[in-house]
Amino acid sequence: MAEEKKLFKVKIDNISVEVEPGTTILNAARQIGGDIVPPAMCYYSKLKGSGGKCRTCLVKVSKGSDADPRPMPKLVASCRTTVMDGMEVANITSPEVLEARKGVVEFLLLNHPLDCPVCDQAGECHLQDLSYEHGADSTRYEFKRRTFDRVDIGDKIQLHMTRCILCYRCVFTADQLTEKREHGVLGRGEAAEIGTYIQQSLDNNFIGNVIDVCPVGALTDKTFRFKNRVWFLKPVDAHRECSDPKCCGKVALWMRGDEVFRVTARKDKYGEVEEWICDTCRFDKKEVKDWVIEGPRKVERQSVISQGHYVGVHKPKDTLVEVLDGRQPKLLLDIHNISEVNKPTVDLSKINGPAHSDDFNKK
Amino acid sequence: MGRKLLFDKAHIEGIRYYDVYRANGGYGSAEKALKSMSPEQVLDEVKKSGLRGRGGAGFPTGMKWSFIAKPEGVPRYLVCNADESEPGTFKDRYLMEFIPHLLIEGLLISSYTLGCNSCYIYIRGEYAWIPDILEEAIADAKKNGWLGKNIQGTGFDLEIYVQRGAGAYICGEETALIESLEGKRGNPRIKPPFPAVKGLWDCPTVVNNVETLATVVPILRIGGEEYAKYGTGKSTGTKLISACGNINKPGVYEIEMNISVEEFIYSDEYCGGIPNGKRLKACIPGGSSVPILPANLLLKTAKGEPRMMTYESLSDGGFATGTMLGSGGFIVLDEDQCIVKNTLTFARFYHHESCGQCSPCREGTGWMKRVLLNIENGKGKMSDIDLLWDIQRKIEGNTICPLGDAAAWPVAAAIRHFRDEFEWHVLHPEEATKRNYGLAHYADPLEIAAPAAV
Ligand SMILES: Cc1cc2nc3c(=O)[nH]c(=O)nc-3n(C[C@H](O)[C@H](O)[C@H](O)COP(=O)(O)O)c2cc1C
Ligand code: SF4
Ligand code: SF4
Ligand code: FES
Repeated sequence: MAEEKKLFKVKIDNISVEVEPGTTILNAARQIGGDIVPPAMCYYSKLKGSGGKCRTCLVKVSKGSDADPRPMPKLVASCRTTVMDGMEVANITSPEVLEARKGVVEFLLLNHPLDCPVCDQAGECHLQDLSYEHGADSTRYEFKRRTFDRVDIGDKIQLHMTRCILCYRCVFTADQLTEKREHGVLGRGEAAEIGTYIQQSLDNNFIGNVIDVCPVGALTDKTFRFKNRVWFLKPVDAHRECSDPKCCGKVALWMRGDEVFRVTARKDKYGEVEEWICDTCRFDKKEVKDWVIEGPRKVERQSVISQGHYVGVHKPKDTLVEVLDGRQPKLLLDIHNISEVNKPTVDLSKINGPAHSDDFNKK
Repeated sequence: MGRKLLFDKAHIEGIRYYDVYRANGGYGSAEKALKSMSPEQVLDEVKKSGLRGRGGAGFPTGMKWSFIAKPEGVPRYLVCNADESEPGTFKDRYLMEFIPHLLIEGLLISSYTLGCNSCYIYIRGEYAWIPDILEEAIADAKKNGWLGKNIQGTGFDLEIYVQRGAGAYICGEETALIESLEGKRGNPRIKPPFPAVKGLWDCPTVVNNVETLATVVPILRIGGEEYAKYGTGKSTGTKLISACGNINKPGVYEIEMNISVEEFIYSDEYCGGIPNGKRLKACIPGGSSVPILPANLLLKTAKGEPRMMTYESLSDGGFATGTMLGSGGFIVLDEDQCIVKNTLTFARFYHHESCGQCSPCREGTGWMKRVLLNIENGKGKMSDIDLLWDIQRKIEGNTICPLGDAAAWPVAAAIRHFRDEFEWHVLHPEEATKRNYGLAHYADPLEIAAPAAV
């Protein structure tokens, strides 16, 4: 009989879990799931050596292990700290952690423009989620923000350095997935930026994956940019026989009607790519006939995308009526009756200027 | 006269050259170690000496050496940290420039103890002339059979390579140094694994400061126990202190760690007091990253005892009443010095030197600098002082490497001990603006360079 592997017992926010030695605190928390999973902006389980940089996953180790129960003196990056047997960790139950994380969010937002309304990553942005969950409602920073000139790095990928949070994920991706290392971090400190080697373009058959790993809107798909908002699209699982042996050929198609707007790799509930795809699948196969459609994709993240989610839609009970003991609500103004704009026969262009309340009053 | 162990022969004419060094007993410790002692015995002497690392953190050297992993068939490396970029610290420079063979002999003994056959001296790029001195000394040592194959017929081989850094403070942090040595960007690594297990080219590596490694020579000459009789308490031996600021005699001094801070500042043997009879205001005793102490806490500890030039005494009471010996960069400020300006100067440095890997340091250092710049230029608000305090608190302890702490501590200590000066700047904006300390024309580079496109 194979020798049984000893598992380590860990307690995160008072919830116990047993994990294999070598597991990080973050991954132990992911095994439990739910709210106690620390956020991760730079760690990416599929990229070797990633993590440790953004400091959003800081946690408090209140007990080191059974052997050495002393607490760790400082907060640690849960994505890079492995568990010990008997370790006790506080994430959302530690005010110190939440305070530190609020600090990290504030730091990240100093130089990240909050242009979500026009950013192509809106709806899929991890920083947006992070600041919603852990940030403050205003910043105390009153100085000029760091901005960058736009650099052309190829015909398929747009680099918008102003939005980059220097998580290094795209660097690891380019390093580990593509044949040649084409880009990296130039400059240091606040002046650090993602750049290509002497302004080369990124053209490698796997480089498109940098778009998927980017947690913010710094790297976007030029074939999709501004064509649609993600929450208006239906994600659909699809696959094709891809001739590139490194490509899994399994993708998510983002469709509206029969039109394929965007092709991405499939992501898990932590927003991480499940299997990598090649640039041909991503950028060149934009017809339904290129793909074998498997069915609608389950959107797991609590993101705005799920707002447009259509699987298993059922009409909610008319709660207001229920609350009012069966009485119908009294409408003060039924716009559908008053406004002609809602009548299909009305030609909107015939109404002068922008619609004004007076227009509706004319009746 | 204080007893000296490193600079005892520094005054001898031509000690920089092999023949003079050898004629004055040089390489005697190496000879003793290689010919009559096992590596374990040398390690034992170093442990007995109580030597603590001279690079800043003060970690016991013998203990650090005993942590080095020894897997079969894997080379081990010794790296000498000669990056010396901490503002206020310039002691290693003198050691390398005037007695390079002392370092080489130290490297030889240390490599023998650790079982390393290759050793690197990673030297700060701005020390442009010192690598030549070191290369020459290495060549001479090699010619005389102290380096290369089968050293002095003992069967031990060692090569020493000198590598110039490009001039980045962060490359003094040991893991960033290793990255840089490997030809990569000088970003600190995330620990663990520690260099003792996975260092240079993923092999077990020890990184030590120049002074630490040179000190191994006198330790072997007089024996670990004898060495431990120098100094006091947990601070054994002698320490090089680079003294600067408002003192009559700036320079590098070797002190025995049993003298008081007061003696160091005022005695003629060392700093020789403060020019023009000015009063002492404050001191940063261990290089720019350690907390500043006001005069009243500098000369006496919280308990009212005289403050000594030792690791323990300087850190007495934690940061509320104490500071650190650090790397021994002793910066003295007289009554005319402006704490806000001083803090801003350091903040500019740390902002410039952050590697940019982790968010609190990358973003926070610049923020602190800008707030300080406003206060210094009479554009600050009262709330800015609390804001600064909060920013430093959110950096400290939350970063990958200690550069974040190094940036936070000076700001924290300045506010803790000199809050009234920050308030003065806010309350007297016009007077603050008038004091031109040479920074009036310093504009934030970001303000100048910000391109229009978003
Ligand atoms: C930002 C930073 C810069 C450093 N610069 C130096 C340096 O220039 N020289 C040095 O010896 N140690 C420096 N250190 C400390 C080293 O990381 C390391 O602790 C030291 O070289 C160990 O040597 P020791 O044990 O002999 O003290 C620095 C540390 C940090 C965090
Ligand atoms: S471009 Fe995106 S993936 Fe790359 S470092 Fe910046 S934020 Fe991270
Ligand atoms: S603390 Fe500063 S210097 Fe150190 S890794 Fe982080 S960004 Fe780089
Ligand atoms: S996810 Fe752990 S530090 Fe970024």
